[in-house]
Amino acid sequence: MLKTSASFVLGSSKSSTYPRGYASGFDSPVALLDSRFEHPVLWKASVFLLVAVLSQSWLPVFAQTAETKKALSPPQDVRVFDTPSDGGGSLTVLWAPASDDSAAVKYQILLSEGPTPPDPAAMKVVAEFPANQRYVRESKWPWWTRPTTGDQHQFALRNGKGVELKNGTTYFVTVAKVSGDNRALATPVQATPEPNWINWNQMNNLLLALLFGGIVFYAIGTARKREIFLRRIPGLDAVDEAIGRATELGKPILYMTGAHDMSDPSTIAAAVILGRVAKRAAAYGTDLLVPHREPITMAVCQEITKQAYLEAGKPDLYKDDSNFFITSDQFSYTAAVDGIMLRKKPAANFFMGHYFAEALLLTETGASTGAIQIAGTDADHQLPFFVTTCDYTLIGEELYAASAYLSREPVQVGTLRGQDIGKALILGVLGIGTILATLGVMLDAQWPHIFLDVFKDVK
Amino acid sequence: MNFFRRQVPLLITLITGIVFAAQYYVPHPASEQMLTSVTKWLQIIGGFALVLGVSSLFHVHAVKIRRKEVGWGYSFVLYVGMLGTIAVGLWSNGKEAIDGTMTAFGWVYNFMMVPLQGTMFAILAFFIASAAYRSFRARSREAAVLLIAAVIVMMGRVPLGEYLIPISGDLSQWILNVLNASVRRAILIGVSLGTVALSIKIIFGMERSYLGGGKE
Repeated sequence: MLKTSASFVLGSSKSSTYPRGYASGFDSPVALLDSRFEHPVLWKASVFLLVAVLSQSWLPVFAQTAETKKALSPPQDVRVFDTPSDGGGSLTVLWAPASDDSAAVKYQILLSEGPTPPDPAAMKVVAEFPANQRYVRESKWPWWTRPTTGDQHQFALRNGKGVELKNGTTYFVTVAKVSGDNRALATPVQATPEPNWINWNQMNNLLLALLFGGIVFYAIGTARKREIFLRRIPGLDAVDEAIGRATELGKPILYMTGAHDMSDPSTIAAAVILGRVAKRAAAYGTDLLVPHREPITMAVCQEITKQAYLEAGKPDLYKDDSNFFITSDQFSYTAAVDGIMLRKKPAANFFMGHYFAEALLLTETGASTGAIQIAGTDADHQLPFFVTTCDYTLIGEELYAASAYLSREPVQVGTLRGQDIGKALILGVLGIGTILATLGVMLDAQWPHIFLDVFKDVK
Repeated sequence: MNFFRRQVPLLITLITGIVFAAQYYVPHPASEQMLTSVTKWLQIIGGFALVLGVSSLFHVHAVKIRRKEVGWGYSFVLYVGMLGTIAVGLWSNGKEAIDGTMTAFGWVYNFMMVPLQGTMFAILAFFIASAAYRSFRARSREAAVLLIAAVIVMMGRVPLGEYLIPISGDLSQWILNVLNASVRRAILIGVSLGTVALSIKIIFGMERSYLGGGKE
């Protein structure tokens, strides 16, 4: 194929310096190749093939460069505003997604303080993240406060991690798109963080609370007009039995109001039940012992007990020290109450309110003395201990129902009916929500969120 | 007189109840500041209330000692312990250590209080065993279910148990994550509704027994 060897071709140079033209005794490369190849078409085909192969291998590089250059258009539709429904110190940035958003490209958020538009190059970079992240749909905004569609990019600038946003101060914020050494900046936008007076994200919560309140009032109204059936609660039926037993044995009743203070609803419920228990204890002339962990609860319970004895027509039986303070320390209190149980051997022990690790230490000691034990707690983690060691346990809401059950007053019973209607509503919402959420996933649809967001806790 | 004993407390309850229920929906720093201030008030009132508690404690045990009631010796120990701790606390300026050296107050706390609290807490292990023994005797259908569930969970949580019965690990997790968690959530929903209903009753004065002093 070749007329001469390649070494001949390479060594055929007549000068040590590379020629600058073909006029000084050199043939043109085409003429040279034509002279060397037997069939000129062969070398032309070889060169064509070589060019084709090289162009294939370099094409992605050229393509990428072209794509990068195309992607580095600045972020579009940048909006910056005070984050709504918050306590201030925060700005929200929104901008349109680009067709080439990917993990390889990054977005930067730049911040500058002051009322005059700054030089974007001098602005401080406060956040950087891949371009395929931070969408409005990932945020916790419910549909009624969402500022734009879910496909838009969103970033919330907040105090902390090198950012300090002062309420009432004007800032300029912009978004930059970065790929390698290239960076494209959008025009800076001015915004001022301000604290807000209403958290609109939680309006669903408020509406549901008002709805539940309305149901409770409606149920109370109904209970005043006609009698409402109350299901039997064995633990509360046993209250009379326990007091009666203590009376027969001539032993005291021990009543505890739990570990929390009067700001906890379970303690208030325990104090309310104490009033009913004290009234019956007074009527039967049985001693009542109420050891406390919290002085304010003790003072409140003293008043409640005194009133109960008055209502029972036995004010002379009331003892001021039937309610007494022991200590606020958990295990010191437990040791003291265990001691009372072992020394005085009360015939009935009541454990109402919220309890922690002391629950089993108290109830197991009480069980060992042979006392009838009734517990009522909203502490779900202590319920197993109460169930295993007490004769009767009021589980969760039954603690709050006890007052209504024991008094049978229309207002109390109506509240109980209101709670039941509320539970029925929640059950319905759980069923419908499960179906809609499943449909939303199956159909990749957003419309179920119109229902689901209403029942979501958005902080 | 009744106005100050009944109407004024009810009015304060109504106003503060509504204001602090609304506070939850107001993110403004002024709202947060108000909550912080009231929390501090509560702490201060709690500090004063401690005087009530301590005086009650002194009174109850003084009566026991005076009357020589059964177990009056314990009341005497309480007096000695309490007065002794107050004395060393004042002597040590309420500090547990000064310049790295433990004070008498620190000694009382670290070598008396902490071991005694630890001892009480440690008893829990034995009480759990005795309570479990009584509950897990399969005397009824419910107790049998409890026993089976407990055995599975115990086996699944102990490495040797999972080695002997490999499926117990997954089964235990299923019991905890599905059965247990769903029941706990159901209880919490009931508790939350009960709390809201009780709060409504208290705020609007329908539940007054916590005030004492009659229904009028």
